[in-house]
Amino acid sequence: MQEFIEFGLGGIGIGMIYAAIALSLVLIWRGTRVLNYSQGGMAMFTTYVAWVVISHTGNYWLGFAAALASGLILGAILERTVVRPTVGKSPLNSVIVTIGLLIFLEGLAGIIYGGQYRSFPAAYSVRGLKIGTFSLGISPSDLFTAAAVLAAALALALVFRYTTVGLRLRATAFNSSVARLLGIRIGRVLTLGWALAGLFGALAGVLVTPSTFLYPNSMDSIFVLGFTAAVIGGLDSPVGAVVGGVLLGVVLSYAGGYLGNDLVLVYGLVVLALVLMIRPSGLFSSAVARRV
Amino acid sequence: MTLLRHLAVAIVVAVILALISVQIGSYRDYQMAEVAAYVVAVAGLTLLIGLSGQISVGNGAFMAVGGYGGALLMIHLNWPLELVLLASVVIAAVSGAIFGVAAARLRGPYLAGATLMLAVALPTLADQYAGVFGGDQGLSVTINTPAFLGATFPPTRWLAWVTCAAALIVLVLLANLGRSRIGRSWRAVRDDEVAASLAGLNVARLQILAFVVSAACAGLGGTLLAVVTGIVAPGAYTLTLSIGLLTAAVLGGLGSLLGAVWGSLVLVLVPSYLTNVAASHGLSGAASSSIPIAAYGVVLIIVMLVFPAGIQGGLRRLFGPAAPAAAVPINVLRRRRPASEHQKEGTT
Amino acid sequence: MRTPHRSVLAAVAGVAVVALMAAGCGSSGSGSSSGSSKTLTASAPGITASTITIGSHQPLTGVAAPGYDEIAPAANAYFQYVNAHGGIYGRKIVYKYLNDQYDPTITSTVVHQLVLQDNVYAIFNGLGTPTHLAVVKYLNSSKVPDVFVASGCECWNAPSTYPETFGWQLDYVREGKILGNYIKQHFPGKKVGYFYQDDEFGMDGVKGLDYEIPKSQVVARESYNPTVTNIAPQVTALKAAGAQVVVSFSVPAFTALLRLNSLKLNFNPQLVVSDVGSDPITLAGLLESFAKQGGTTVQGNELTEGIITDGYLPSLGDTSNSWIKLMTMIHSKYLTKYPLDGNVAYGIAVGYTFVQAMLKAGRNPTRQDLIDAINKGMPQGVSVAPYAYSSSNHNGITGAYMAVIKNGALVPTGPVQVTDTSPTGAVTTYTGGQPAAPASGIPSP
Repeated sequence: MQEFIEFGLGGIGIGMIYAAIALSLVLIWRGTRVLNYSQGGMAMFTTYVAWVVISHTGNYWLGFAAALASGLILGAILERTVVRPTVGKSPLNSVIVTIGLLIFLEGLAGIIYGGQYRSFPAAYSVRGLKIGTFSLGISPSDLFTAAAVLAAALALALVFRYTTVGLRLRATAFNSSVARLLGIRIGRVLTLGWALAGLFGALAGVLVTPSTFLYPNSMDSIFVLGFTAAVIGGLDSPVGAVVGGVLLGVVLSYAGGYLGNDLVLVYGLVVLALVLMIRPSGLFSSAVARRV
Repeated sequence: MTLLRHLAVAIVVAVILALISVQIGSYRDYQMAEVAAYVVAVAGLTLLIGLSGQISVGNGAFMAVGGYGGALLMIHLNWPLELVLLASVVIAAVSGAIFGVAAARLRGPYLAGATLMLAVALPTLADQYAGVFGGDQGLSVTINTPAFLGATFPPTRWLAWVTCAAALIVLVLLANLGRSRIGRSWRAVRDDEVAASLAGLNVARLQILAFVVSAACAGLGGTLLAVVTGIVAPGAYTLTLSIGLLTAAVLGGLGSLLGAVWGSLVLVLVPSYLTNVAASHGLSGAASSSIPIAAYGVVLIIVMLVFPAGIQGGLRRLFGPAAPAAAVPINVLRRRRPASEHQKEGTT
Repeated sequence: MRTPHRSVLAAVAGVAVVALMAAGCGSSGSGSSSGSSKTLTASAPGITASTITIGSHQPLTGVAAPGYDEIAPAANAYFQYVNAHGGIYGRKIVYKYLNDQYDPTITSTVVHQLVLQDNVYAIFNGLGTPTHLAVVKYLNSSKVPDVFVASGCECWNAPSTYPETFGWQLDYVREGKILGNYIKQHFPGKKVGYFYQDDEFGMDGVKGLDYEIPKSQVVARESYNPTVTNIAPQVTALKAAGAQVVVSFSVPAFTALLRLNSLKLNFNPQLVVSDVGSDPITLAGLLESFAKQGGTTVQGNELTEGIITDGYLPSLGDTSNSWIKLMTMIHSKYLTKYPLDGNVAYGIAVGYTFVQAMLKAGRNPTRQDLIDAINKGMPQGVSVAPYAYSSSNHNGITGAYMAVIKNGALVPTGPVQVTDTSPTGAVTTYTGGQPAAPASGIPSP
């Protein structure tokens, strides 16, 4: 019984990280119809920025803020310089460009900081919480992670629905030509979308790096699972991103725990296959398959 | 007539390659063999993406299927090389069919996500069933230089001959396929799925066929690469391989077989070149070994920005009508709006 | 329509690119082996009158790189020290190690380059089991010495099939037996859980453990894949099985993760860790951020305190040991940008062993001379146990001492024990001791 709860709560904990990556992918996809393969690389890089700040000042929250800020800036810069020229061309161009970005960011991190693992602090204690003697399998840090991701997702949803900025973001995603005709500055909207995505990625990075350690490739496998979560939830839906992330995290936790961990990635593939067979555009997409 | 013309070109190129392989020395022969193996896999992928409009970030998994299948046949049944290559094509084609059927309804990024997960998950099966697949250590693959060439014939030159021959055969076959009715049907589906369906084309069957062909090519490429490097192991079939294939296909020029050649050359030669440049400047050690990596990323970005149609497209632009003609008309570059864009606007 | 002319032009253009990029041509450097004259000749490929060129493949970037990327620079540092003090019979060692990113395909490419284009004399300390397996057949069929492979797989001990290949470090089966024997004796009846990497490192280690620990004691066997950092399910399963002792064949990152996840689950077994994953400095570095948690002034070392492990090189904490003094000197001169940790010690140690072997190979050695020199047996050097080298055994170090981490350093808790790789071979105490390091830091010929 205890391990059942521990598997479940642990799964939710890591699922929140997948959700954060999925959210940033959804943001960019909705806004710019680009699949950002460098999302993990961006998150890794901003976490290095946080690490530098923390090492120099000793203050975790300063580093946390630095990571989020650099995520905003990095996203905006990358969109303006490297991604903008690919708009309007074949969608695969942006795929290769973002892949190139990923490789570049990992190489750059290796050059500046070297390849060795760095320890990265967690926001709060990592000792497990207990109710009496019953161990829950999560720590205060895990609770903070879940809360932070949920708060960010909620904020995003509110922005999308209730603000002018959100309306512009959605309009541009839906039909950029018409949006431009209506006077929306497409360029600025695209940059904002990428900046927000950078913010989410940075959040995911600082939350997960304590348990992956910081090195140039630290976000690679997290990205793959975050991407899968986004696909499961539906690339157009922020709600889907969160649900997909938690679902994936929990299923993999139980499957890995009870069935053995060698095949955990295969279990992920099975989950993905099952979801996509039932709903080819993800759980929460509202795309109706066009039947002819 | 098309077939004869393609065959004639292939024979001429084969002779030229054979002459070159004698001149360039053993290590370059090894690289030539590597390039040829990748050409086979990339050609299949560029056909899948460029002609049929489906994206795959997971053809490395099909290379693994072919590679492991070929290795097991060689080790346990001692089949000769030609038979093994054919068998690996069949095995990979079957796996491509299975995946194609499962993924028939997926489009765009959802298909990408499915292939991504396939690429990452499939090699872990080799770790799990270590008794059959050799686990993390993998299986060793060796072929012997045939006796009629003499005892002093360099083994890497034989590898180059075998792989280049296979690559040329595949290129001829794919070129014919691209010009056939099936090829035209693929392009029709790629450009407008609904219209193609209305015109009577069986979209699902065509999509699956495209996957089968690209998987078969990947499988053959996988076996060839296994023969060249001498091993099949999970570590050789990471996501990096699938992404490398994709990069090679797009960089070379989507839909173009010649583009597959350019892309494979970049894939094999550029990282090696960058590493040697860094080493010759006395940069060794961990931090500076990241410099070739960062440089490769920059190369990818710049080539993509400067030549949006890939190297083949760039050559066409630079040399005008005298350039090697691409196998695909220019309108493949028009951004195809995925079906989800025509939906009712989703709520958050 | 395309005309044949254009297509041929295109094809030739493509092919010409290949030819154009083929800058070098392979050259051979084989010379004649000379007699016992004092002049230095080019007696083998890779050997000139003034240099010996050796090559290696190492994971310098990528997921396998952290930690391991220190080994080749450390060995190179020792070679530079030797070069600065007369070299090997006057020749300087040139060590060219190339990045293979732990991908066997890239390993094959770089090793072909080293042999065919750079004409190295030998491949030294190739790192990784799946990576090196990709090239071991090639090296042996090309008769290139393949010495002191950086991997503990049993597969390098195959003198009849791979006469050119030699292991060096304590292999994982032996290590499993030594650890298992200790557990059997010191934790009788306690429940034991295995935590191991799902490759030959972990599986060979488990093989050795199973030769010693009674099956009834083992309550859980949890493996992990190094690309998936979320090991919460495995640790939960270990805890659910009630393991009181957890034996871990893991790399340092995953040892640290094991510790962290155990904290989260309030799980406190006795940890017994393979030497590969127990370097105290690396572990402390990985765990330091967490040790400062909770507001209490916790020592950074609290989380590594009490971990039981083994060692086959002298402990870095034993600063009076002559070998440690040598390593400290090399480190302070050439390696200041790295910490003086287990990987650096490993690199210097294996570099020293290579110099020993080259000195034994003679003044103008052929490639076969190096093989013969090792086959005749190598004197014990930096390792605490003797080498097994002979013409019928290409295993290296045969034993280790048990130790515990106290205050961030390895403290030996028992004598050196040696064993073999067979299921029934006993684990016995080695009484031979360890010779002191040479005063010059360079082995005598």
